[in-house]
Amino acid sequence: MDGVVRPDPDTVWHWLSLVPDPEIPVISLTDLGIVRDVAWQDDTLVVTVTPTYSGCPATGVINLDIETALRARGVAKVRLERRLSPPWTTDWISAEGRAKLRAYGIAPPVDGTAADGRLAGRISRLAGTSNLVIACPRCGSAATEKVSQFGSTPCKASYRCTDCLEPFDYFKCI
Amino acid sequence: MSGVEQKALFDWLCRMGDNCLILGHRVSEWCGHSPVLEEDIALANTALDLIGQTQLWLGLAGEVEGAGRDADRLAYHRDAAQFRNVLLVERPNGDFGNTLMRQFLFDAWHMEMLRALQGSSDARVAEIAAKAAKEVAYHLERSADLVIRLGDGTEESHRRMQKALDLLWPYTGELFMGDAVDQAVAAAGIAPDPASLKAGWTTLVAEVMAEATLTVPTAPFQHKGGKAGRHTEALGFILADMQFLQRAYPGGVW
Repeated sequence: MDGVVRPDPDTVWHWLSLVPDPEIPVISLTDLGIVRDVAWQDDTLVVTVTPTYSGCPATGVINLDIETALRARGVAKVRLERRLSPPWTTDWISAEGRAKLRAYGIAPPVDGTAADGRLAGRISRLAGTSNLVIACPRCGSAATEKVSQFGSTPCKASYRCTDCLEPFDYFKCI
Repeated sequence: MSGVEQKALFDWLCRMGDNCLILGHRVSEWCGHSPVLEEDIALANTALDLIGQTQLWLGLAGEVEGAGRDADRLAYHRDAAQFRNVLLVERPNGDFGNTLMRQFLFDAWHMEMLRALQGSSDARVAEIAAKAAKEVAYHLERSADLVIRLGDGTEESHRRMQKALDLLWPYTGELFMGDAVDQAVAAAGIAPDPASLKAGWTTLVAEVMAEATLTVPTAPFQHKGGKAGRHTEALGFILADMQFLQRAYPGGVW
């Protein structure tokens, strides 16, 4: 192997747990649950990554950051593979990641509340309402309201706390 | 896969990708121009999802074609007659209400289509559909919500939403018209017969319009041609804008 570094996958997972998400740097790529597999194929380290949203501009940066981090540790040959199935879900965000999000001021996803596009039977309740109770990450109040389904990044919605009056991001469930 | 099937699959994938690409481009034209900041962000996010989905569909189209064309090549180096999007998505934005009405009419179809495609006999198609469906569910919730709020809003917003519905309605029929390409992919179990999506779409649209206090038009005339590459003059202007850089500097990269 010409003295080339060839760490075991557990070590690589640990290294990746230190790579921050480019848009929400308080959580790591492994907290986010987007690294799906780490394996050696001959002398090449193959890291399989799943995209969060299909058009998320961070995807390219994430791939570059993974490559940079691994090269900095002495891994010479890295290949990144994209895996679409099963599609990424916010359920894969780790407990630690959720705590970090909350501490950072982003309300973590409420599991099981992803939009499913099935509107029948609830159309009359659709307009301008949110069926979710999202606790304010700053003061903890449940008196919050949705400002917009879409926020500062594809993965977030905009909310406002009606008690402390602060706006905040909610990491929406998909 | 036989040569004929492969050609049909390529054409069909271009339809899926081009619908996302052209609507995504149209919606992105709002960036920096929306009535309020939150809506500007929401429109930009919707456009971003659609462009992301375009990369998946056109990327697979290029793979299936096997002629070395990737998603960028297909997006930037085909002329209007090679585009396969339905005419609805190339309609001009008009006002905010018109943009949201077009979005809802498309989203309602898109959701039905992606739901059906998750059972595709082609695993690559099924996995793109599963990914896209999660995003489109949010598009649909938002566009339905806004169509209701604007339709059942002020006198002025109601008037504009009814006008938008009347203008766009004759462009919805094409979503459900099938041709030889649709028959070939349906026979192979890759995609549903477009007509099979109509009942679900019609029910949802009727329910949302009723809540929005808008009247669904009954005139039977429907435009068609986009799926076969016969477009309105609007597409040429979109391409002139979207493709300028790659036409002026072919193969240019960041």
